[in-house]
Amino acid sequence: MILLDAPQQSRRSLLPHLHLDWPLFTGLLLLAAGGLAVLYSASGESNEMVLRQVTRLSVAFLLMFVFAQITPDTLRRWTPLVFGSGLLLLLAVLVMGEIGKGAQRWLDLGVFRFQPSEMMKMAVPLMVAWYLAETPLPPPLRRILIGVVIFLVPALLIAKQPDLGTALLILSAGAFVLLFAGLPWRLVSFTALLAVPATLILWHYGMHDYQRRRVLTFLNPESDPLGSGYHIIQSTIAIGSGGLYGKGWLNGTQSHLEFLPERHTDFIFAVIGEEFGLLGILLLLALYLFIILRCLYIASRAQDTFTRLLGGGLTMTFLVYVFVNIGMVTGLLPVVGVPLPLVSYGGSSMVTLMASFGMLMSIHTHRKLLKT
Amino acid sequence: MFRGAPLRNPQWENYLFKRRVIVAALFSIALIAFVIIRLFFLQVVNHEHYTTLSRNNRVDIQPIAPTRGLIYDRNGVILAENQPTFSLEIVPERVDDMEATLTAIRELIAVSDSDMERFRQILLRKRRFEETPLRLRLSDEEVARIAVNRYRLPGVEIKSRLARDYPLGALLAHTLGYVGRIDERELQQLDTSNYAATAHIGKTGVEKTYENELHGKVGYQQVETNARGRVLRVLERTPPVPGRNLHLNIDVRLQQAAQAALGNEHGALVAIDPSDGAVLALVSLPSFDPNLFVNGIDSASYDALANSKEQPLFNRALNGQYPPGSTIKPLYGLLGLESGEIRPDTQIWDEGFYVLKGDERRYRDWKKEGHGWVDLNKSIVESCDVYYYELALTLGIDRMSDFMRAFGFGRPTGVDLTGESSGLMPSREWKRRVHRQPWFPGETLITGIGQGFTLTTPLQLASSIATLARFGRHLSPNVVAALEESGSGVRTPLPARELPPVRIVDNNNWQRIHRAMTAVVHSPTGTARSINRNLAYTVAGKTGTAQVFGIKQDEEYVAEDIAKHLRDHALFVAFAPTDRPRIAVAVIVENGGGGGAVAAPIARKVMDTYLLDGEGRLREDLK
Repeated sequence: MILLDAPQQSRRSLLPHLHLDWPLFTGLLLLAAGGLAVLYSASGESNEMVLRQVTRLSVAFLLMFVFAQITPDTLRRWTPLVFGSGLLLLLAVLVMGEIGKGAQRWLDLGVFRFQPSEMMKMAVPLMVAWYLAETPLPPPLRRILIGVVIFLVPALLIAKQPDLGTALLILSAGAFVLLFAGLPWRLVSFTALLAVPATLILWHYGMHDYQRRRVLTFLNPESDPLGSGYHIIQSTIAIGSGGLYGKGWLNGTQSHLEFLPERHTDFIFAVIGEEFGLLGILLLLALYLFIILRCLYIASRAQDTFTRLLGGGLTMTFLVYVFVNIGMVTGLLPVVGVPLPLVSYGGSSMVTLMASFGMLMSIHTHRKLLKT
Repeated sequence: MFRGAPLRNPQWENYLFKRRVIVAALFSIALIAFVIIRLFFLQVVNHEHYTTLSRNNRVDIQPIAPTRGLIYDRNGVILAENQPTFSLEIVPERVDDMEATLTAIRELIAVSDSDMERFRQILLRKRRFEETPLRLRLSDEEVARIAVNRYRLPGVEIKSRLARDYPLGALLAHTLGYVGRIDERELQQLDTSNYAATAHIGKTGVEKTYENELHGKVGYQQVETNARGRVLRVLERTPPVPGRNLHLNIDVRLQQAAQAALGNEHGALVAIDPSDGAVLALVSLPSFDPNLFVNGIDSASYDALANSKEQPLFNRALNGQYPPGSTIKPLYGLLGLESGEIRPDTQIWDEGFYVLKGDERRYRDWKKEGHGWVDLNKSIVESCDVYYYELALTLGIDRMSDFMRAFGFGRPTGVDLTGESSGLMPSREWKRRVHRQPWFPGETLITGIGQGFTLTTPLQLASSIATLARFGRHLSPNVVAALEESGSGVRTPLPARELPPVRIVDNNNWQRIHRAMTAVVHSPTGTARSINRNLAYTVAGKTGTAQVFGIKQDEEYVAEDIAKHLRDHALFVAFAPTDRPRIAVAVIVENGGGGGAVAAPIARKVMDTYLLDGEGRLREDLK
């Protein structure tokens, strides 16, 4: 089974020196190719948009390749610096947002615009893994608490931007690293209990009006069928009307007649559901599950605590991406702006995700001889 | 808590981590499974439901208005048709700045404030991509002005639609009625699905009475629309069923002749074919142009029509209620014979007035010096009033009232036009109920000469004369002769309704009255002798003069001294030819003066027009 194959370093060829994990690479490539086909339909058969997405994908795959070459040790050395500067940039964005009076996520670097929150998606699991790897597992309570602070501070800063989707991803990235580190289950259940009052406090003091409205709409989409409930209603109609086999590629009425909003970005999953049916979706989910399980296998085969925690954290972040997006589009979760990884039209999240996969490949392909 | 080992234990750490990885893998599988369950419900269990919703999203049902039926006269002359007209419509979603656009349009063509008001109201109800009419019936010049400026008026369109047109204008306004925009009150009573695409509805006359037949059945088209509602293509079409065409009994020639004969007078004329109850002409003057109402009349024009002293909107033929005057004397004469209270040769002495016992008041005859000895025939020919004072007193109001009601007085004729008035035939019961007073004998007297409380519409009068001509067979007047399916041309005749006949035991009594009425026109002493010159047929008629202005006991009625609007109404009823009646006419000329002098010549012209051929002989087909 390719999911569990060992790296073949004995073969005399150039391939091992590329530091790529071929099963993972194939999975990602299939996903990207399928995504382009869906995007062609969702964009209203726009060659221009597909070409732009191909460019982005090329850049992202290139970045993955670059990250695959960086050894885990190098990564580890750079971690505190990356995290620290990321935090500073976040603060800078926030201050600029205060001045500009409004939502601020971007940092304009002249040549290209840069989202510090995207950078934190990698920096947070790196930093938490770095910190927890210093002592033997499982970590003591003090380390757990500091670990929580490490991911909570950037998460709160991003939530303040406000970008609830990314904050959620960063929160879960950090939390998953903690869980992989052996966070006691009793503490997990205690936190879960604590989550109830925390949610209430967040509801009353920590959320913007539009965020509260989104949650309310999620709980009852029919209450506002033409306003914020419109997204959920139209996406469930699109998916539901797709049935088992779908309406066929380019034949989705919900998307092609523009009933489905955000059809080429956050709600592209509904287009898949409408045009390819449950069977198409099962294929997509199987691909996602294959990628996740392959990454978990890579993490389990990692040689030290840092790489193990990092691998596990990055993998679960990817899972959260997939689940939150599909959950949102199918009406299981409130609408938070999380794209469907590698399928949704758009660049920044794709770049960080592919960088993460590059790191995972690096973990798998840079192996040291173990001291016995 | 875990008891952490002070030293690193790689095997233990590896074991711990692998366990967590397995949990993570199971967690991932569980989440994916959870999503699959949700999708199973969406795509398999509730698939039908969402398919319906998806279809409803994209498929819109649009109604298509049926073409309104046409209206013809009895000879196939078109009276109401549908003409293409141009209207200016606005699609709100394509207009950037509505106010600026409206201002620009008003600089190009005239848009009244009421048009603006209506436009703003419709705007609130319609969706943003639907055309909303601003101005209707654009002239060719206005169409051109908009057309050359279209580049700077996005969202403004010229639309062609069918509008009702009455080519003969005012000639038949009171018979045909007119269509107008559906108002809120009508909207509540309508079958809204059938009227989904219809903007106009019959407001009065035939257009209103036969609305159901004329309207037709709405058609539908299923169209595919995008999220903004724009139509992308037509999926399926159910064509509308056009309304049925109507063929009227009205003869436009006769209508024109009647209108010409009445000239500038105010009044009404109704002509009925006694053989089948067909209404041949229905004239009410002055009239108005019904075309003004089709697309909404502006308020200034409406006020001018509605507040005019001449009351052009008032349908005198159906709703004008006049004292019948002497025109009903033949009917009381018939009742006298039938009841046995008089014989044809019964004579009374008329010295010019009648005095009721125990009453000082003199009930005067129109002829100051009196008619001398008067029998039934003379009473009708010379229209002796005293004869009918005595006869009325003998008959009593109860018998008079019952008999007149049988002839159709005091109740609607049942004509196939909505809104006719019922007139008034007084009775003891009526007076007690309405005036809370007993009936006085003096009131019986003046009822006997068609004055007092008695009121009749010209239509009622014509219908009663037709009934008299038919020997009591009672038919409701009938305007629409037949319905015609617009596709197949199949005609369904609509015959007149039979009403309970007036029963007369001795048939000779009909003949006696007919003879007396014939003498009204043909004898040298008849009150309508002025029209008997060169008559190609015999006419049975009766003149009448209805008082508008009550004169005091010791005053004389001198027409010249009395303002025109207080002068007597001139009336004339007639049927011809006497032996085989084919036309019955009732004429009322408001404030016209004497019936014989003013009203009878008008009736003669109408009868000539109908009965004579080109050479002035009786039409062969009517013999």
